[in-house]
Amino acid sequence: MKNFNGQVLFLDRSDINTDEIIPARYLTENSRDALRPYLLEDLSLEGFNFKTDITGKSVIVTRANFGCGSSREHAPWALEVNGVHLVIAESFARIFRQNMFNCGMMAIELPQEVLNGIFTDYAGTPTHVTAQIEDRKLIFQNQKKTDTVPFSIAHFDAELVRTGGWVNYADAHY
Amino acid sequence: MGKTVAEKIFDTHRVGAPLDDVHIIRLDAVFCHEITTPIAINDLIARGKDRVFDASKIKVVIDHVSPAKDSKTALQGKILRSWARRHNIQDFFDIGRNGVCHALFPEKGFARPGYTIIMGDSHTCTHGAFGAFAAGVGTTDLEVGILKGVCAFHYPRSIKIQITGQLPEGVYAKDIILSVIGRIGVDGATHKVIEFSGPVVDAMSMESRMTLCNMAVEAGATCGICYPDMTTVRYLWKHIQHEYSSPDQALASFSVYLPDKDAVYDAIVEHDVSGLEPQATFGFKPDQVKPAKELLGTPVDQVYIGSCTNGRLEDLRIAAGILKGRKISESVRGVVSPATSSIFRQAIEEGIIQTFMDAGFCVTNPTCGACLGMSNGVMAEGEVCASTTNRNFNGRMGKGAMVHLVSPATAAYTAIAGYITPSFHKP
Ligand code: SF4
Repeated sequence: MKNFNGQVLFLDRSDINTDEIIPARYLTENSRDALRPYLLEDLSLEGFNFKTDITGKSVIVTRANFGCGSSREHAPWALEVNGVHLVIAESFARIFRQNMFNCGMMAIELPQEVLNGIFTDYAGTPTHVTAQIEDRKLIFQNQKKTDTVPFSIAHFDAELVRTGGWVNYADAHY
Repeated sequence: MGKTVAEKIFDTHRVGAPLDDVHIIRLDAVFCHEITTPIAINDLIARGKDRVFDASKIKVVIDHVSPAKDSKTALQGKILRSWARRHNIQDFFDIGRNGVCHALFPEKGFARPGYTIIMGDSHTCTHGAFGAFAAGVGTTDLEVGILKGVCAFHYPRSIKIQITGQLPEGVYAKDIILSVIGRIGVDGATHKVIEFSGPVVDAMSMESRMTLCNMAVEAGATCGICYPDMTTVRYLWKHIQHEYSSPDQALASFSVYLPDKDAVYDAIVEHDVSGLEPQATFGFKPDQVKPAKELLGTPVDQVYIGSCTNGRLEDLRIAAGILKGRKISESVRGVVSPATSSIFRQAIEEGIIQTFMDAGFCVTNPTCGACLGMSNGVMAEGEVCASTTNRNFNGRMGKGAMVHLVSPATAAYTAIAGYITPSFHKP
């Protein structure tokens, strides 16, 4: 299983699309590692610097409809090779969400009110998330505060996370 | 309880028992192109599983960057080409016989009513125009599809969008789908299938239905579906005539995939297109839509006509009809890319290509190219393109460039004027 704990990168915007996560001009790469420097290069978000803001971050917390647009699995891969295995959002585009679990990574949805609270309390501060998968709990922590937030994950998705992704799972079952 | 189209298709394709809400379905076709497939191939090789579930059900094209523009894209083509040869995949379409996947594969008769289709490409939803369940997937799903011929989906919930009213002259399927997306939003149909129905869809050509279904994913939908009818049968007839004794018999057999009268939908939306005007997008999201006339006068640097949305013969005919005997503005670069080789050939025979060239357009070979900012018309920072494609995302056609999505007609009027306009306009 992958690592789902670490420092948070807050992206306070809805509808962040896959072209922003990894622009099409890098789709000519034939290895996942080659995508590393380009994660979020085209993100339009006030004050965001893709060269420096991602460093040291392992979890993304964002708003609604994250990962909309193209089917490119390069988007989760670009996250993966940068050590980001967990994205927490109000909602995800279908293909992106499926791609995350297919790679053994997690795309976790939280209700809007809960996310609003997290943005208010934690965004702009160094925040750490610990994912307790067995207990279905996320622990948010900064210098001032700690919050434990429950989450749900479908049995099938949890199996993909446990087995390391869909290829392993499908090969064992079909 | 009655069933929707997608539910009927799932019920005839299910493998094993569902896992919670997740259903594993058997695939009738797996489509592949050179951008998302090579990594799947490399991964299969690395896992020691370089196999295909059924070579006759895998359809392959090199379309996104064709001809290759550099060594990296050449390598992508090479990996796909040698894989197709290695596994004896007969339906492999290389340069000269290729075309944009979602225009080419329907032309070849590969999308059929009741089929289940996946491809590592979000606009796979286009093939729902034939009454198929066709969904874009990522590379891992594609990889498992190639290896095992199955894919996992949540049991589909559907929205029915009934297109009603009298479609005004000069307003097209592209304007309808832009107005639908503007109405329901970029995540208005996430995790759902859209059934497009109603008298306006019934009267549409297959080309127009493909334009409609093509952009279903722009509202987040898994697939857009139109109901198979005589228009569908006639389009497919040359590919299916050996399987059915008559078109009526084909239609009768496709009718098992029509929805039940008491099918249950998450929503039924009536979308009246009487009085609809030509539409255009104005931001970086495809639901930022307004009547094109409200953008009247917005200068453009390039007009692009092509793609899986609007690069078919019907589209080229509409644009050429407007351009005939006219010149495009000197401030505009006009680029037209017929979506497939056979469309290109037909457009030459009909004099359409001549018209485009006389008007001052550059005609490119069939390829995705500029649509995703890869080749054949990439925009510079700060430039503006009026485009018949489907995505206006920031950076989509070139870093820092702005894309306004429009119909082929609005694209043609805009090319002549040099600024966005939905009709002939003199400043
Ligand atoms: S034409 Fe554009 S949208 Fe269509 S498949 Fe090619 S890149 Fe994708």
